[in-house]
Amino acid sequence: MGDGIRSAKRSLSRFASNRFLFEELVKRDFEHKYKRTVLGMAWSVLSPLLTLFVMKIVFTQFFGRTTPHYTIYLFAGTIVMSYFKEATNNGMTSMISNASVINKINVPKYLFLFSKNVSSLVNFGLTLIVFFIFCIIDHITFHVSFLMLIFPILCLVIMNIGIGMILSALYVFFRDVKYLYSVFLTLLTYVSAIFYTVDQFHEKVQTLFLLNPVYVIIKYIRMIVIDGVIPSLQYHGLCMAYAVLFALIGAFFYKRYNRKFVYYF
Amino acid sequence: MSKVIECNDVSIRYITGDLKAIGLKEYVMRKITGNYKVKEFWADKHVTFTLENGDMMGIIGTNGAGKSTLLKAISGIMEPKMGKIKVKGTIAALLELASGFDGDMTVKENAYLRGAMLGYTRAFMDEMYDEIIAFSELEEFQDRPFRQLSSGMKSRLAFSICCMVDPDIIILDEVLSVGDGAFRKKSGDKMREILNSGVTGILVSHSIDQVKELCNKVLWLDHGEQITFSADVNKVCDAYSEFLITKELPASDKDIDELALAYEKRMAEEKARKDKKETKKLEKILAQGTKNTAIEAALDIIETNAPEMLDMHEVGEWRRRNNG
Repeated sequence: MGDGIRSAKRSLSRFASNRFLFEELVKRDFEHKYKRTVLGMAWSVLSPLLTLFVMKIVFTQFFGRTTPHYTIYLFAGTIVMSYFKEATNNGMTSMISNASVINKINVPKYLFLFSKNVSSLVNFGLTLIVFFIFCIIDHITFHVSFLMLIFPILCLVIMNIGIGMILSALYVFFRDVKYLYSVFLTLLTYVSAIFYTVDQFHEKVQTLFLLNPVYVIIKYIRMIVIDGVIPSLQYHGLCMAYAVLFALIGAFFYKRYNRKFVYYF
Repeated sequence: MSKVIECNDVSIRYITGDLKAIGLKEYVMRKITGNYKVKEFWADKHVTFTLENGDMMGIIGTNGAGKSTLLKAISGIMEPKMGKIKVKGTIAALLELASGFDGDMTVKENAYLRGAMLGYTRAFMDEMYDEIIAFSELEEFQDRPFRQLSSGMKSRLAFSICCMVDPDIIILDEVLSVGDGAFRKKSGDKMREILNSGVTGILVSHSIDQVKELCNKVLWLDHGEQITFSADVNKVCDAYSEFLITKELPASDKDIDELALAYEKRMAEEKARKDKKETKKLEKILAQGTKNTAIEAALDIIETNAPEMLDMHEVGEWRRRNNG
């Protein structure tokens, strides 16, 4: 354990000395994303809005009549899901797309992944602002408890980094992962209760939904925003457990395999 | 003298054709057809050497000898499968660097990003940026997208960023100088200046003369095997040159001595042959020329080769008489 702490400390200090590189990488990722687009940053808000718009039109017919604040219900699901998709997908390709650099210069590779995560997080932040504007329009009163949303978001960020680390390592070794993961993401979208409610399911099936970490985060946000309920302590524990679990597995994968990446580019 | 780089029995292995390299589909296919084979490839085998402060080591060897792989291991990009590499101090590695830039970003942004990757601080880059741009002669291109630069310009920028440091250890892979004409000279001079400042260095070069000029240690690799590591740069370089002609690998130090001797002999013979040719050419000129020009030519030759044979005063007199 002592070793773990010491090595964590060492990585932290190494990270501090690499701040300049980190900043430059974040800058680069942003430029890349919006280079030669007319609307630039507006896209990070527009695309979830368009998704929301279509879903609202299509699904209100089926679920909207019985679900209170259905727009917000949908919106909470779509923004979390799209953030999760973007962050993990970018994380997955972060090593390969920087292969030419990793091959030539001894840089801390995890910075490539972190910087991608930062740009996804900023995007998510922008959509979150729009989300709150929608809340106001939908006559949802803001409570102090809204501050607690920081917790699931933090868990989600950690989770995304962890999953990104796992995927990036796998992707270096097996390019098939890209296709597998896109199928997996589609399936995950369907079992995350984004446009339907889980009430119709048997209670046992409802607990099964908790095996899906993305759903757990979405549900947390909905509980606070729509139901005005603060989740139980156990629920907090569950969020944290997912974050820690993926972060640990990710760190393990990275630590174990990052030295071998260079042989497979 | 302290040990700066210690390479102890280092072996580096590539694996080709395993599951990770060929993908899942191919793996299953080959398993079914019974074609699945993993090939090991040792890029370097049992390489051992030690460099002390201020040493400059040249690595020589034909293509595929494992030179670049060894450099990657020393600069920390790769990890050896066996053996240990100990390095003390900061490393600046100039491995073929024109790649890895971002085409969409401007020259300035790329310079900062590359600086960050090489481990510089922002303050350092702010301070050195003007110098870097001036050195690479890209002042007018600072805000142009990197994509628009010619490949010569790209390598000029890469070189300039790398050279602005004062590292403890410098690693060069065939990049002693880049660019064309004037810049080639400038970058070569800069490199020599760095090399002469007392850094410890490793140089991979196909130019034997360069190795002889700059290095005080030499490592000869062949297909991953260490042929020799020696401080007698001239001897090993001669032996290597002889090997390039005869393709006979030395098996022992004695063989290296013999190869070096053989090369010396070959060079001496070649020189004798050349001299003979030269003399013949001159004789022909002398035979064809009019009396005066023939004497003139003969005087010139003697003057450059054996001036002690001439009484310069009389020669001057003779020349004045004939030219005047």
